[in-house]
Amino acid sequence: MNRLRGGLAGQTRAGVQRWLPASVRAYLRCNAQVLISSLGRLYRSPISTLMTAAVIGIALALPTGLLVLLDNLERVSIGWDGSATISLFLEQSLDDEAADALAAQLRNSPQIQDVRHIRRSEALEEFRALSGFGEALNSLEDNPLPAVLVVKPSEAYSGADAAQALAETLHARPEVDMAQLDLQWVQRFTALMEIGRRGILVVGALLGLAVLLIVGNTIRLDIQSRRSEIEVTKLIGATDAFIRRPFLYTGLWYGIFGATLAWMLVELSFWLIADPVEYLAGLYQSSFLLRTFDLGQIANLLLMGATLGLAGSWLAVGRHLNAIEPR
Amino acid sequence: MIRFDNVSKRYPGGYDALRALSLHLERGQMAFLTGHSGAGKSTLLKLIALIERPSSGQILIDGQNLSRLPRRRIPFLRRKLGIIFQDHHLLLDRTVFDNVALPLVITGLGHREIGRRVRAALDKVSLLGKERAFPLTLSGGEQQRVGIARAVVHKPPLLLADEPTGNLDPELSREIMALFEQFNQVGVTVLVASHDLDLISRLPYPILTLRH
Repeated sequence: MNRLRGGLAGQTRAGVQRWLPASVRAYLRCNAQVLISSLGRLYRSPISTLMTAAVIGIALALPTGLLVLLDNLERVSIGWDGSATISLFLEQSLDDEAADALAAQLRNSPQIQDVRHIRRSEALEEFRALSGFGEALNSLEDNPLPAVLVVKPSEAYSGADAAQALAETLHARPEVDMAQLDLQWVQRFTALMEIGRRGILVVGALLGLAVLLIVGNTIRLDIQSRRSEIEVTKLIGATDAFIRRPFLYTGLWYGIFGATLAWMLVELSFWLIADPVEYLAGLYQSSFLLRTFDLGQIANLLLMGATLGLAGSWLAVGRHLNAIEPR
Repeated sequence: MIRFDNVSKRYPGGYDALRALSLHLERGQMAFLTGHSGAGKSTLLKLIALIERPSSGQILIDGQNLSRLPRRRIPFLRRKLGIIFQDHHLLLDRTVFDNVALPLVITGLGHREIGRRVRAALDKVSLLGKERAFPLTLSGGEQQRVGIARAVVHKPPLLLADEPTGNLDPELSREIMALFEQFNQVGVTVLVASHDLDLISRLPYPILTLRH
């Protein structure tokens, strides 16, 4: 059985080789050779390769790290989105029974999932305990605090606009003095995050451009130092594609190395701040953990690096290679 | 193989390197090209390799009209040529083997085939033992022979040489010329530019003399 399978595999491989036209095979072989040889060339000058990769890595790490940080902040706020609540501050004149009745009435509304009644006395107790004004409150004759109904809209009315509309309807009731939608600061937070995201995109675009120029310049110097080699290969009958190829692959490698380095830098930075973040989360009774990359994001980062590297070398190659002609 | 019809070449600045030159070299022929320096020997070879384009006139190489050859086809014309330079133009950071393999590598030939042909070419110029050496460790004559091996490794139908014996002593020059004769005997068209009249006039091949 094993022998049979081995025989089939061998046959398939030979079959593929035979089916591919010779020109395609030559093309693939050329590319594979140059892919490896350009890597070897970089390996032979490790210091300068590392320096270029480091510059690219730092330039990529900055926006990437900020984006990951932003993702984490958004994850913190995910729990808030669903918990949009409307606080109804009732008229002072309403007593507990009337408030209870109102709460019961609201509970039956299809728009509302739940209502919690904070009685005036409870509100006062809570305020006394938390505010530190206990002594001062004791001297008051009357309870100055209104009763509060904390309304949790049903799922369909949890969205920002629907919840806002619901708050306004409730506000229109005569028993209600004031309706406050607690979504507001979630919205503000989301808006701030959006500004942050845009800002990071701008910084990212600028740094991406920087990577493009860094790779372009490195490749330009590489082209200049290999001038005689380019002249000779052109004289021997190398096509432009053949001459271009090693430089393009070199740029590709720079991009991939830079992206890998950026990945490592971000992981390192997050590892450094993980402990304090855990401590802070502990203070909020949260088990929040910093998350860095998942596989898709790593793939994206590498792809981004590779694309920038390739594009940078394209720029340099297009500009400088044609200028070199044998004399 | 090579046909020039009324070819002129004027360099920017008004210098006329060639004026209304016509010549015809048949397939399988060997010829020398001579003339005092500045007579246009190098220009003529450069026109054949399309390093320069003529100002006027027509050049046909292997039946192909060069003036109608678009830029992207130039590499494929050059693959029909083997060019030998006076200063050999070897890549100093690569071994003899890699230098000679270059014309085969650019055509995308397989590894094993490249090795076989490179060794055959090096054997032809008696440098088989030096394939791992770097060009700078070789003598002038050996470097020139590496250049020749590189020019013939892909079996071009036309061999051009620009002062191939310029830096060599008479003994080595004769060896180099003998090599060219061997290639010619197997059907390669050979055009050698040289001002070594002593040497070339003793050989039984036509001599084209450029006069300015």
